[in-house]
Amino acid sequence: MMDWRQERTARDARLARARPHADGKVVPAARVVDLLEAILQPGDRVCLEGDNQKQADCLARGLSGCDPARVHDLHMVQSGIVLPEHLDIFEQGIARRLDYSYSGPQGGRIAKMLYGGQIELGAVHTYLELFARYFIDLTPNVALIAGVSADRDGNLYTGPNTEDTPTVVEATAFKNGVVVAQVNEIVDRVPRVDIPGDRVDFVVEADTPFYVEPLFTRDPGAVTETQILMAMMAIKGIYAEYGIRRLNHGIGFGTAAIELLLPTYAERLGLKGQIATHWALNPHPSLIPAIESGWVKQIHCFGSEVGMDKYIRARPDVFFTGSDGSLRSNRAFCQTAGLYACDLFIGSTLQIDLQGHSSTVTTNRVAGFGGAPNMGSDPHGRRHPSDTWMKAGQEAGGTGDPALRRGRKLVVQLVETFGDKLVPAFVERLDALELARKLNLELAPVMVYADDVTHIVTEEGIANLLLCRTLDEREQAIRGVAGYTDVGRGRDHAEVERLRARGIIRRPEDLGIEPLDADRSLLAARSIKDLVQWSGGLYEPPAKFRNW
Amino acid sequence: MEKLSFRHTTRTALPGTRASAITGVVASGNLEVLLERNLAPDACHVEIDTAIKGYAEVWAAVVADFVARRQPGGLTITINDGGARPDTVSLRLAQGARLMELP
Amino acid sequence: MDWKPVALSAEPRDQSWYEASARARLAGLLDVDTFQEFIGPEQRQMSPHLPLFALPRAFDDGMIVGRGRLDGRDVLAAAQEGRFMGGAFGEIHGAKLVGLLRAALAVKPAAVLILFDTGGVRLQEANAGETAIAEIMRAITQVRAAGIPVIGLIGGRAGCYGGGGLIAGTCAHLVISEGGRLSVSGPEVIETNKGAEEFDSRDRALVWRTMGGKHRRLLGAADAFVADTIGAFREAALAAIPEAPSFDLATLEAEQARLEARLERFGDTRDATEIWGRLGVNDPAAVPSLTTEGFDALLDSLPEGSHHAR
Repeated sequence: MMDWRQERTARDARLARARPHADGKVVPAARVVDLLEAILQPGDRVCLEGDNQKQADCLARGLSGCDPARVHDLHMVQSGIVLPEHLDIFEQGIARRLDYSYSGPQGGRIAKMLYGGQIELGAVHTYLELFARYFIDLTPNVALIAGVSADRDGNLYTGPNTEDTPTVVEATAFKNGVVVAQVNEIVDRVPRVDIPGDRVDFVVEADTPFYVEPLFTRDPGAVTETQILMAMMAIKGIYAEYGIRRLNHGIGFGTAAIELLLPTYAERLGLKGQIATHWALNPHPSLIPAIESGWVKQIHCFGSEVGMDKYIRARPDVFFTGSDGSLRSNRAFCQTAGLYACDLFIGSTLQIDLQGHSSTVTTNRVAGFGGAPNMGSDPHGRRHPSDTWMKAGQEAGGTGDPALRRGRKLVVQLVETFGDKLVPAFVERLDALELARKLNLELAPVMVYADDVTHIVTEEGIANLLLCRTLDEREQAIRGVAGYTDVGRGRDHAEVERLRARGIIRRPEDLGIEPLDADRSLLAARSIKDLVQWSGGLYEPPAKFRNW
Repeated sequence: MEKLSFRHTTRTALPGTRASAITGVVASGNLEVLLERNLAPDACHVEIDTAIKGYAEVWAAVVADFVARRQPGGLTITINDGGARPDTVSLRLAQGARLMELP
Repeated sequence: MDWKPVALSAEPRDQSWYEASARARLAGLLDVDTFQEFIGPEQRQMSPHLPLFALPRAFDDGMIVGRGRLDGRDVLAAAQEGRFMGGAFGEIHGAKLVGLLRAALAVKPAAVLILFDTGGVRLQEANAGETAIAEIMRAITQVRAAGIPVIGLIGGRAGCYGGGGLIAGTCAHLVISEGGRLSVSGPEVIETNKGAEEFDSRDRALVWRTMGGKHRRLLGAADAFVADTIGAFREAALAAIPEAPSFDLATLEAEQARLEARLERFGDTRDATEIWGRLGVNDPAAVPSLTTEGFDALLDSLPEGSHHAR
């Protein structure tokens, strides 16, 4: 006789064991370890909310405080490996297996632990991919999440940093899992209900507010002339050329330069209203001048950014906000938006090879993927046309009836030919291959594959890979913008000139851009203070960016 | 520190009459370029004092491209380099040439 | 709160002083095309010491000196390049400023302008640097005694620290912007010697409250507060020339009395906000976030007048 209720029965048992530690749903922070030891079973799949920004740090400390004799061999499934505790639990034997997406802040330590065999790695995913598996084969038994506030019925307000929480809870709560939330405070009534209480089993009033790192703030004071030149080329040579209205910017100084050039350089080109109107974007402070100048119709956010709350509240026509006025972010939906509803992704990378594969991996740091491979890919499931998508598709060419060909999403890599310490960005062989060998991975960790990337922008010019018809043309197009790196100096000069004549390579002068005009005076804001001024005092930069 | 020296012949002299110009600042990732109009109209000498050793070939390529593009005949160009990237070097050389062309 | 739109101008005098190179500051400060440099870069008077440390040199050793006009008046000017060795005083750097000041006694300009941007003395050239500081301070007293005002302008990335702070103390008049900092010991030095509880050098708000332009202006350690533009510094330098006090015993005695009174009045405070409160500021905590216009309005409203001394 099949028992069709095993998971349901197990859930009831977990709750029963936890009951002595809770007053209804509420558990004091001091009893977190008792709670976790009661609800967790060895081998459980556990999502410990390590989002890109928000961290359930009180619950992470609690998990690390559990007795490994009682809680062991957990399979962690979570977006981000960010806190030290996320890795401590592997050393302690509390956790054994890991499926995740992003590990930037712990890149060095996780690399050592992977080499040392202390972590059994399932796979490294993109965010959307991991979320997808929460519903198929990586469904959490227990979710340890973070919110801003809760009432005693477990209704949660997750606020501007809602991020991954609704997705995690949806998968866990509706498949017999147990959901434990840490909140900054328990209130009589939450400002809005982001997670309904019947999906939440326990609420812990944490000892300190959950931690959020400012990841998306870039000081305009640090934007260089080279980044400004590349931004001018991107705006004139790509945004204007293809009429990019719907887009996603990866984070970086290169994209910050583009954002800061919209009200000035792009304005002078007469582009307002024609480009950069609809965004999938975290709330970059560097976009404030463009928003204030009337460039932006709307923005959907993956998460929030420290210091932007008041500004966002004051701009509900632009941002997604709840009835309480604060931002509502949602990583799963924003990732989907970036994939299907945007015509361009643009971001920076550390290394590109001769085919156009790019990676941020170095041999002693494993940063994972995050959202970039998803944003930076061409979705074959797309069906609705746009002028941009169709034009790019036509450039890509193909055989047979044109009515049976697809369009293409633009995937643009902004690459300064030399990085820090004069390390070249263009290489013959990606470090990712070496990492794959050392870690025994079947596939090298590639961020954006060659067949997805459509354009490469360097200080030397733009390479349009859509127009390349052979591997050799592609290689020379890449060498032709690789500057003075070994890869660049190894170019076939005659072939590069032919590619330039066909418009596959365009130099600044081909775009009517004088490199000497790439000056910081073009930036709409030159300092964090300028951004504050643009926002009318609403933007409140985090302490490390202020001198006041 | 490494000292590098390149001698080039140009087709033409750089337009303008200015005797000298300076651009850039010696700092990490940056460089200072002094241009002096003191040679025969088809000669260009570039002298470099750099904090980073081992990039002679890259310097040679950057300088050769600059000379071919801007035809800076008549100029001695002296550089104090704090470890600038090649694109920054190209930019400063171009800035310097433009200053020397000013009336 | 008065939030003017951010000015998007390409005019040289509208550019940020903080971001500008020493040469760009001089070019914008003085009347157009009037600056004639002494011992210019083509003379290659460079540091004899830096090669020993495998450090790159600058043609002008980070100190540009010369003569020009300010609204038609003859001035001598010196500007430090804060991005070269942190604007620190080395042998040649210091000697050029000493030479300029001594030349003032012969040239008799309307003023000597010193554009500070320095962390102090260059460690690699410490003896020569310290000697230069002393010679500069002495030379300034001689220039002032000859009736020539010496005006300091502070608003660069390196601030005005160490020996630079001492030199600034001998100037007749100081102009400072919000981004500028003026002190002798720097934040890291204080933290190293006294501990982070005493002074957390990574707390940027604390550093600027303690050493930054607004506080220096409120305390009277600087005489004029300006917006971060080359044009604003130019106007303030012009306005300063007739304001400079005579350099005599009466002035020095008044300065001594003022400093004693200041120490008496504020010596027990633990943070600049307490000083501002005692000066009559209604909302001291809001001072750092005031715009230039807001801060100017605050200064106008305070009972303290301007005084000639630092």
